[in-house]
Amino acid sequence: MATTDTTTLQALQGRFPAVTTSEFRGQTRVVVPSESLYDVLAFLKNDRGFDFLSDVTCVDYLNYRDAKDRFGLVYILVSTLTNERLFVRSFLNEPELAVPSAVPLWEGANWLEREVWDMFGIKFVGHPDLRRILLPPEYTAHPLRKDYPLQGRGERHNFPVLARNSA
Amino acid sequence: MSLVAPQHATVEDVVRDDAQDYLWTLNFGPQHPATHTTLRLLLKLDGERVVDAVPDIGYLHSGFEKLGEHLDYNQYVTVTDRMNYISPMANNVAWHTSVERLLGIEITPRCQYIRSIVAELARISDHLLCNGAVGLDVGAFTFFLYAFYQREVLYDIFETLCGARFTNSYTRVGGLMHDMTPLVIEKIRAFLRKFPKTLDDMDRLLNRNKIFIDRTKGVGILTKEQAINRSASGPIARASGVTRDLRKDEPYLAYKDFDFQVCCAPAGDCLARYLVRMAEMRESLKIVEQAVENLPAGEINVGINQRTALPSKKMVYSSIEGTISHFELTMSNRGFEVPHEESYAANEAANGELGFYLVGDGNDVAYRARCRPPSFIHFALFPDLIRGHTLSDIVAVLGSLNIIAAELDR
Repeated sequence: MATTDTTTLQALQGRFPAVTTSEFRGQTRVVVPSESLYDVLAFLKNDRGFDFLSDVTCVDYLNYRDAKDRFGLVYILVSTLTNERLFVRSFLNEPELAVPSAVPLWEGANWLEREVWDMFGIKFVGHPDLRRILLPPEYTAHPLRKDYPLQGRGERHNFPVLARNSA
Repeated sequence: MSLVAPQHATVEDVVRDDAQDYLWTLNFGPQHPATHTTLRLLLKLDGERVVDAVPDIGYLHSGFEKLGEHLDYNQYVTVTDRMNYISPMANNVAWHTSVERLLGIEITPRCQYIRSIVAELARISDHLLCNGAVGLDVGAFTFFLYAFYQREVLYDIFETLCGARFTNSYTRVGGLMHDMTPLVIEKIRAFLRKFPKTLDDMDRLLNRNKIFIDRTKGVGILTKEQAINRSASGPIARASGVTRDLRKDEPYLAYKDFDFQVCCAPAGDCLARYLVRMAEMRESLKIVEQAVENLPAGEINVGINQRTALPSKKMVYSSIEGTISHFELTMSNRGFEVPHEESYAANEAANGELGFYLVGDGNDVAYRARCRPPSFIHFALFPDLIRGHTLSDIVAVLGSLNIIAAELDR
């Protein structure tokens, strides 16, 4: 199983004392304040060799037991040299739903962050092309939020009606 | 060209560029025989040369991740079938690997072996389709038919194994739907005997074929740095010289027991991706052979006292433990003991790293079921790979990336 080297964690905590770590089933997570998220990611990439961004996603903790924050971002980082895997978490609350984009570090973050914007409405500041990716641009909601129902909210009335000759 | 656009811009606004109005804008898809699936590209052409390509996706978005928050851990496997429907078995295995990591279930050795076998057969099936479609798109129709005949054999094996050809839903939490019967093993052995000959034929058809090599060599080059920086995984990264394979790097299931090679190529073009896939099929055959010949005896499901795997029908109808266990697992809020925790598990699926990030909240339905879809991440590479090539190269690049729109859009 891909664990994280303890020297990585020590170096990270030495540099950023506000970072807290936890572990579950051999997977190491670090929780980072959103102000220092970009610096932590840059440190992990440039100094600790986490060159591969496996995934960027988000969880909406609206109805989650004991949750203090609304949204939790997840960055899954991998080092292709040592096969370490590290989960970087950062929590956000309304109305400040914005974090710096990771695209300057990993280009692979481009579409992943667009998907998080599309589904959760979290803005990535500095993203080169932050448009909706899976849903049409006329869409107004962010459907993976927990206050968005599975069924029952028709979105078609928001869509423009095109005449045959204007399509 | 920069693509800075306001958040509500449509894809047409993005490609509009009045300063260069001599460029043609061409709509490729969403329904076009060469996209094979429902995706759309807006191309800017200078004559036949592609100046820029802007993908527009989401035509097949069906809210799979939202559904994952409403279907329980056994039910959702039917949705994973419909993600990468070219290798549904691999998705089933990946889903339940993630669920079992979250729930802390250790599956039996026989189950690990059978899951490895079906995952490798799914990989062969996926690579056959991908390479076959590349062949078809650049004009090698015979090659495509050779590939599709063998996919039919694989479907037959899957049908004998679990009753479904296409949407298998074969895995269950803590085990499998059925054990392998002797007939399945016999069919797999027959496939292992016959398939290498077909692979040799396929190699002979295309590997030295001048038309095919001219169409694919040097087309759509992805460098190693780009591949890592842009999160490419699986055969696409390996064709660019990245030696990453989760079966070796983060061994899961029974892969540490098998002797196989990781197939890499340095070139990073369409030909390299084709060759890596051809080589990987031979390695998968080696894995399947070792697994079938060393299949451990024993149960396929974890014990009934763990209350995680659905008991067999015979147990349900003839023993009190079976009846109770079945009842508890199928009633809502009485089933699995799920920790208030989060975990991620990734498998090396045919297309690359296929992982599920699961959040448990004590319920038998996931609080969040994020899928890391390799097709989605690979399609983001497409504009860079095609820039500067001609219109006819689009099908070669698109085919070699193996974009499955159902997984792309979920």
